[in-house]
Amino acid sequence: MYVAVKGGERAIDNAHAWLAEERRGDRAVAELSPEQIREQLGLAVNRVMAEGSLFDPDLAALAIKQARGDLIEAVFLIRAYRTTLPRFGATDPVDTGAMACDRRISATFKDAPGGQVLGPTFDYTHRLLDFKLAAEGEVPEAPMAEPRREATPHITDFLNNEDIIEREPVSDATPGDLTRVPMAFPAGRDIRLQSLARGDEGFLLGMAYSTQRGYARNHAFVGELRIGRVPVEMEIPELGFAIEIGEIELTECETVNQFKGSKTEPPQFTRGYGLVFGQSERKAIAVALVDRALRWEELGEDNQGAPAQDAEFVLSHADNIQATGFLEHIKLPHYVDFQSELELVRKLRAEAGASATLADREAAE
Amino acid sequence: MNAYNFAYLDEQTKRMIRRAILKGLAVPGYQVPFASREMPMPYGWGTGGVQVSAAILTPEDRFKVIDQGADDTTNAVSIRKFFERTAGVAVTERTIEASVIQTRHRIPETPLRADQILVYQVPIPEPLRFLEPRETETRKMHSLQEYGLMHVKLYEDISRHGAIATSYAYPVRVAGRYVMDPSPIPKFDNPKLESEAIQLFGAGREQRIYAVPPHTRVVSLDFEDHPFEPTKAEHDCDLCGAADSYLDEVIIDDAGGRMFVCSDADFCRGRREAGQSGAKAGALS
Repeated sequence: MYVAVKGGERAIDNAHAWLAEERRGDRAVAELSPEQIREQLGLAVNRVMAEGSLFDPDLAALAIKQARGDLIEAVFLIRAYRTTLPRFGATDPVDTGAMACDRRISATFKDAPGGQVLGPTFDYTHRLLDFKLAAEGEVPEAPMAEPRREATPHITDFLNNEDIIEREPVSDATPGDLTRVPMAFPAGRDIRLQSLARGDEGFLLGMAYSTQRGYARNHAFVGELRIGRVPVEMEIPELGFAIEIGEIELTECETVNQFKGSKTEPPQFTRGYGLVFGQSERKAIAVALVDRALRWEELGEDNQGAPAQDAEFVLSHADNIQATGFLEHIKLPHYVDFQSELELVRKLRAEAGASATLADREAAE
Repeated sequence: MNAYNFAYLDEQTKRMIRRAILKGLAVPGYQVPFASREMPMPYGWGTGGVQVSAAILTPEDRFKVIDQGADDTTNAVSIRKFFERTAGVAVTERTIEASVIQTRHRIPETPLRADQILVYQVPIPEPLRFLEPRETETRKMHSLQEYGLMHVKLYEDISRHGAIATSYAYPVRVAGRYVMDPSPIPKFDNPKLESEAIQLFGAGREQRIYAVPPHTRVVSLDFEDHPFEPTKAEHDCDLCGAADSYLDEVIIDDAGGRMFVCSDADFCRGRREAGQSGAKAGALS
């Protein structure tokens, strides 16, 4: 018939079948299991959990498999699944001070109680392709040390004791929940940090980088970066006390930023903060830098008109599921609107042509 | 699909959406913020309309979905299938048989009745967005009825082009109060916004719901000396001969030959079944 999209239903079914076949790839090659993805592509799993706002490594691994490795598509699967989960309560705030740290570094002090622990980092690897990995090969076991028994104190606490860094206001208020209440501006820091924590890593990296290059520069030191597992506790009303319901892996970044002081405040350091699911170091640092840039108003700094200072701009565009959906929707048919534009442009051109002809004739006379 | 509730969303979420719908109906044209959920289809692909439909559908409903006026465009097929699967509701392609119609970019040609609901998918609910990108500013402008900027834009069109250069998503004023984006329907459809049916607008990504209750005055913005003019291609439908329906232009050969056909597929089929025919009807079928 006359419209190319006729038969849409069969076309969709066939497209899905083809997609499934492409996902599987060459059947002569062994199929990937979600367990392999969870264990061997852990950083991809972490990113999907962080941006999907759901801590579940098995589901994230399954989503990565289903999405053929497209991590934003995998985040989308997790978000859509998350929507359907019943919500039966909120946990107590996690205590990152009690974290069993796999990694803990500070760029501001050479050494501090708890020490500098590099942990499993790419930082000092030489980025040389390791062709041995192309062949199968077991890795030798890493050397072991006695784990630290006592809690590792936060570096910023040492600065706090000296009163040389701004104090975080203590509050027992229930933080907002941007998955249950629509975003409104101005947004409080609780909502901003939530939005950044699930925001797109690439977008936040670019935003944070722009502050380093002078668009609202706030000169951040990494006061501390820690990665490890923390217990998650929940008050059970029937019991009257909190019980541990599990453990999650987190990356926390606290930056220490310059602040020259204002009319009312003497010079002191200020803070940026990032907290992200899993080992997601780049993201946590980026969140801390953007968080700090967004705080210009409460710290009495100038609005330099930089993108990273503009909460409405940053928070409205950080979510990759919103962004990718709207970006890609322009693939959908728009021929009704295009038709009305066609009519309009033709009409305007006809009118312009008619008046030009008239002007020519008048000039000739 | 037993793992999911009727029409996918849980009942608490539906209640939240229904409250937003009721508020929207009570304040025609006002954009009600709502806690839009992540749906299993992408933002920008009708998640607002889908959430509104999910909140209002009952097992007795008969559901119709159109995109660009047609029931068999791919995304309309996908959304219809979603509700067949999650709600098990009856579906139809006939406008007169449907109790709920979800649409993207068109209003059906057949006038709607009081027992029907039209649900629009809305990409950008804010009519002032392309004049002022900040939500904080546009909300203030609405609350103060400060719509001068919109009139200046329309006036600039006239001074530059001799006509208002907006052909779809043409802004309207609802019940003499709020300026509203009717979603990207062609301006040809604007007069149909005054209807006996309930009209609900859902914008998922932008987290807004708004509504036009039955028999509400909806005025397309214009000037006394440049009155609003609904336009369409100056042809009759080549299949059914209709002179009063919105037409799609279809390129039919390598030489760029064209034909014009009704965008409303059900309307066109109905006319042909009733024996009407257009200039190229015989040549094609």
